[in-house]
Amino acid sequence: MAEAAIELKGISKSFGSVRANRDIDLKIAPGTIHGIIGENGAGKSTLMSILYGFYQADSGEIFVNGERAVIHASSDAIARGIGMVHQHFMLVHNFTVLENVILGAEGEPLLKTSIAKARSELERLERDYGLEVDPDAVIEDLPVGLQQRVEILKALFRGADILILDEPTGVLTPAEAEHLFRILRQLKDEGKTIVLITHKLREIMAVTDNVSVMRQGALVATRKTAETTVEELAELMVGRRVLLRVEKGDAHPGDFILSVKNLTVEDMRGVKMVDDVSLDVRTGEIVGIAGVAGNGQTELLETITGMRKAVSGTVTLDGAPVELTGEADPTDLRRRGMAHVPEDRHNMGLVLPFEENENAILGYHWQDKYVNGPFLDIEAIRRDAQGKIEKYDIRPTDARLKTANFSGGNQQKIVLAREMEQDPKVLIVGQPTRGVDVGAIEFIHKRLIDMRDQGKAVLLVSVELDEIRSLSDRILVMFAGRIVGERGPDATEGELGLLMAGVEEKEAAE
Amino acid sequence: MDLFSTLVLLLDSTVRLSVPLLFAALAGLYSERSGVFDIGLEGKMLAGAFAAGAAAAVSGSAWVGLMAAVLVSSFMALVHGFASITHRGNQIVSGVAINFIAAGSTIILGQAWFSQGGRTPLVGSDGRFGAIHLPFADALRGVPVVGPLYSQLLSGHSLLVYLAFLLVPFTWWVLFRTRFGLRLRAVGENPAAVDTAGISVQWLRYRAVICTGVLTGLAGTYLALAQNAGFVKDMTAGRGFIALAALIFAKWRPVPVMFACLLFGFLDALSIRIQGTPLPLIGRVPVQFMQALPYILTVVLLAGFIGRAIPPRAGGVPYVKER
Repeated sequence: MAEAAIELKGISKSFGSVRANRDIDLKIAPGTIHGIIGENGAGKSTLMSILYGFYQADSGEIFVNGERAVIHASSDAIARGIGMVHQHFMLVHNFTVLENVILGAEGEPLLKTSIAKARSELERLERDYGLEVDPDAVIEDLPVGLQQRVEILKALFRGADILILDEPTGVLTPAEAEHLFRILRQLKDEGKTIVLITHKLREIMAVTDNVSVMRQGALVATRKTAETTVEELAELMVGRRVLLRVEKGDAHPGDFILSVKNLTVEDMRGVKMVDDVSLDVRTGEIVGIAGVAGNGQTELLETITGMRKAVSGTVTLDGAPVELTGEADPTDLRRRGMAHVPEDRHNMGLVLPFEENENAILGYHWQDKYVNGPFLDIEAIRRDAQGKIEKYDIRPTDARLKTANFSGGNQQKIVLAREMEQDPKVLIVGQPTRGVDVGAIEFIHKRLIDMRDQGKAVLLVSVELDEIRSLSDRILVMFAGRIVGERGPDATEGELGLLMAGVEEKEAAE
Repeated sequence: MDLFSTLVLLLDSTVRLSVPLLFAALAGLYSERSGVFDIGLEGKMLAGAFAAGAAAAVSGSAWVGLMAAVLVSSFMALVHGFASITHRGNQIVSGVAINFIAAGSTIILGQAWFSQGGRTPLVGSDGRFGAIHLPFADALRGVPVVGPLYSQLLSGHSLLVYLAFLLVPFTWWVLFRTRFGLRLRAVGENPAAVDTAGISVQWLRYRAVICTGVLTGLAGTYLALAQNAGFVKDMTAGRGFIALAALIFAKWRPVPVMFACLLFGFLDALSIRIQGTPLPLIGRVPVQFMQALPYILTVVLLAGFIGRAIPPRAGGVPYVKER
């Protein structure tokens, strides 16, 4: 076997008392796609940041193409032919593609000549790898899929032979992700080595040659992808057996409790984001709304929960209308039995600098059980939070810890615990498992099914098609602000995928 | 005096009055484009003016004064940089501190060294940047229209005036046509992008801050050694803040910065011109109103007429490496 493109020996890194990487040995063969999988916080990104010079390892050695490499800064990694596509793109939003590509690799003090050179080099790269993008387009005008392409071009422009991609599909539609994988395979055929960091098992199975699993800072196993299974990898990641698809019995839907009629919502520019949408949710069923992000699901959720102004239409909750001026009183909606797990837990679901117990009652803090005259009953609140921590297996188990110090999955559980424990009639859930680990996903899915079985109505919006398919009793597909189709839980991925892509109902049926 | 020559005089003083604003606003442009907000322009300008006045008074040379001003205000810019780049301090607090230090120390040092109540001794003509007469200025004076425009408006300014206006295209060129400019703009928008591209964010921002120091030094020199013949306490009189308003008004772009400074300079010139003279219909305009006009104008125009001024995205935020 040829020299390893990258070899890590005994890499350790601690942040304070947290050991992010412990004694990691890893060999990546040249010309392969090597996956690194693990839950959030398993240390994948830290390891790659060490390789890219963003952090220094406390101990251990790095070898690139057989040579010992000392990587103190990103520039050292770039000089060794390592390129990285970060999870959050490292692009300047108001620069053109060309300007972003040459930034830091201009070569000459004056831009005129370096831009001209870069333009022809970029054309060559675009041709060779099928990475078309308009070099004069401004980044903020490009869809995320193309922005990511610019990141790849940036790395290739710098002569990268080893390309690290950190959670590249988090922001992509299924079709864009598929396109990305085609590009990665092509890069591999050209002899590039690719390291793919992800927490999505299906991506590992779809595109990698080898896979290494990380758990709690340690590298627990490396397998040939062809010789392993999704179940084995999931078990290695979590450290116990996990159910990838929750078991559920039949739904026993009851009366209509939430109904949306002819709802139309416009954004600030007057563009229709929700276009004449009607839907009903019954008690005891989960209605899933599938769709590629940005097709009006966010606006629909915000309007139903009274946060956004509707142009026309009505929303009825348990027989009484919901105010659609965008000024609805959230406390009033909560009293009437509507609970809401917002899509964006950081900006809407939680106040991150607050203690866990404070977030665990936020929005319900007026209830008698939490107050003592004009004051909050701190004791009761903490007891209550501790109860939720146990019931929802939130870790760490300290109710006085700052919420920002919990991992994404545990933060999401804090929000879910708060909303579900209020015994609502209707639960509106947006992206319940975005950025959440496999183990926690299983738990959250089970809880949502429990809610249904207790006779609650659940309206679920998710861009994860697997999630929609595994949880929903009825699936509605949204495209360009409209509901373009309804399917049962047995709908195939391909069928839903076509609807999500805006292929007309008739054509999809054919 | 006819209307035309009044107008020429008014424009002439507009040019003179807008020069310190222009130096200071361009100074702020370098710093703020790199993501370091600087409300300490006023203080640096004042310290520069004092250094220029003091050094010129002692040495008798305007050039020594200029050197001193640039050194002192660059040093103060580096202090701001040390606090806000290296130590990731609050940029507003650091800027305010610079203003206070400059306001206090110039008076104390001035009194201690020269004992003239905080001023520096008047300098002779060698200690000042005198007027430069462009060729044929006198010969053309008699020509109608063109003559006065050339000989009064264009000719007869100090070297620093021409330098200030030449700095406008130069700054544009640096910002949009050089590698340094590309990186400078990038670091003000997304320092992480610059860092991952293998460029030092800190070093880049320090260089921007030094540019600011040099230019505020020139602004101070102009006040002390071209507009006046020595330093007078508090002689910047808020020009650093007006320059900041001009910078925001111009949305951090060099050429609009020049026009904004000219506009504010014009208002200043106008207020001096009409001081005490009652205007038809309006009557006597209080001088305070005229002085407040640049600020009022900035607020009103930004509020509705020219759209939102979007500052460099990373402005005011210290860069911390993290993921």
